[in-house]
Amino acid sequence: MSDKNWFLYEVFIRSKNGLSHKHAGSVHASDTETALLSARDLYTRRGEAASLWIIKSSDIIASDPKDDSELFDPSDDKIYRHPTFYSVPNGVKNM
Amino acid sequence: MAIHIPNKPETAYIVRLADNALILGQRLSEMCGHAPEMELDIALTNFALDLIGQANLLYEHALNLETLASNVDEFALTRSLDDYHNCLLVAQPNVDFAHIIVRQYFFSTFQKTQYEALLGSNDKTLAAIAEKSLKEIAYQIRLAHGWMLRLGDGTEESRARMVDALDCLWRYTGELFEKDSTLSALIKSGASADFTLEYKNWQSEMMKTFSQAGDLQAPDILQMLSGGHDGQHDENLGHILKGMQYMQLKYPGLQW
Repeated sequence: MSDKNWFLYEVFIRSKNGLSHKHAGSVHASDTETALLSARDLYTRRGEAASLWIIKSSDIIASDPKDDSELFDPSDDKIYRHPTFYSVPNGVKNM
Repeated sequence: MAIHIPNKPETAYIVRLADNALILGQRLSEMCGHAPEMELDIALTNFALDLIGQANLLYEHALNLETLASNVDEFALTRSLDDYHNCLLVAQPNVDFAHIIVRQYFFSTFQKTQYEALLGSNDKTLAAIAEKSLKEIAYQIRLAHGWMLRLGDGTEESRARMVDALDCLWRYTGELFEKDSTLSALIKSGASADFTLEYKNWQSEMMKTFSQAGDLQAPDILQMLSGGHDGQHDENLGHILKGMQYMQLKYPGLQW
């Protein structure tokens, strides 16, 4: 796994039409084709997937944990941004 | 109940298909926990499960056509060596990852041709098993083909291992397309199309892959080896059976 020719890829699975892709985990692979096949072998064995996305982990741009207070704390006291004051109509499934 | 050998050509042929799948599945299962990378470990174990699943369906079908044993486990796991009718290729050992990939690529591409010839079979169950299996086979070819290119066109060492694997395994490919009396009977009765006509096409496909894989060459083989379909096996199958049959012989009637 420490081999410089093996890269880390992140795996995203969409379980059915109409839903969005969700992060499922990661795989090691030498190229994108092997990454896709390995992800299929590791994460879709039990019928979990209708679609797969693969992205090289190093291509992900992540927020810095030390910026948490300026990025995320300001939204904590703005409860009016939550739809909790509305009732969800019957028949809406994925919300 | 004693084991009976098939009387009808169709049953004999289905047992041959099942034995191919079972023995390669058993071979691949030896790699569980031993593949070069964790991802490949799962991939090879999935292949083993696919193949043993195919074998199970085929044995069940064969036992419905003829009373060969009291159940599938007994038939699959307690025959004597010369009552197995798999080709020699599937019993060849897991020397290294190159051997595993070359063996898989040869077998899966052949199996695709062989199973496509069953899609129009007058035996509807057999056609359905072939159709289901072909999806698994397509994936196995995709993975094995990728690694053929990657290893053949990879490092000096991976290429040397591929050359060695071709030297060892190419000689077992002639047997895959032999038309013996059993297959001829099936072609005549409409249970299978004649896939042996595809032998030249299959060979061209292999040559194309070899040339893409760092310009590998098919080795000069004086004579192809065969005999597995008639129950004449080399020592490799004996080693497989020793492990595979142990539990079933020790505990007769064991249900899996």
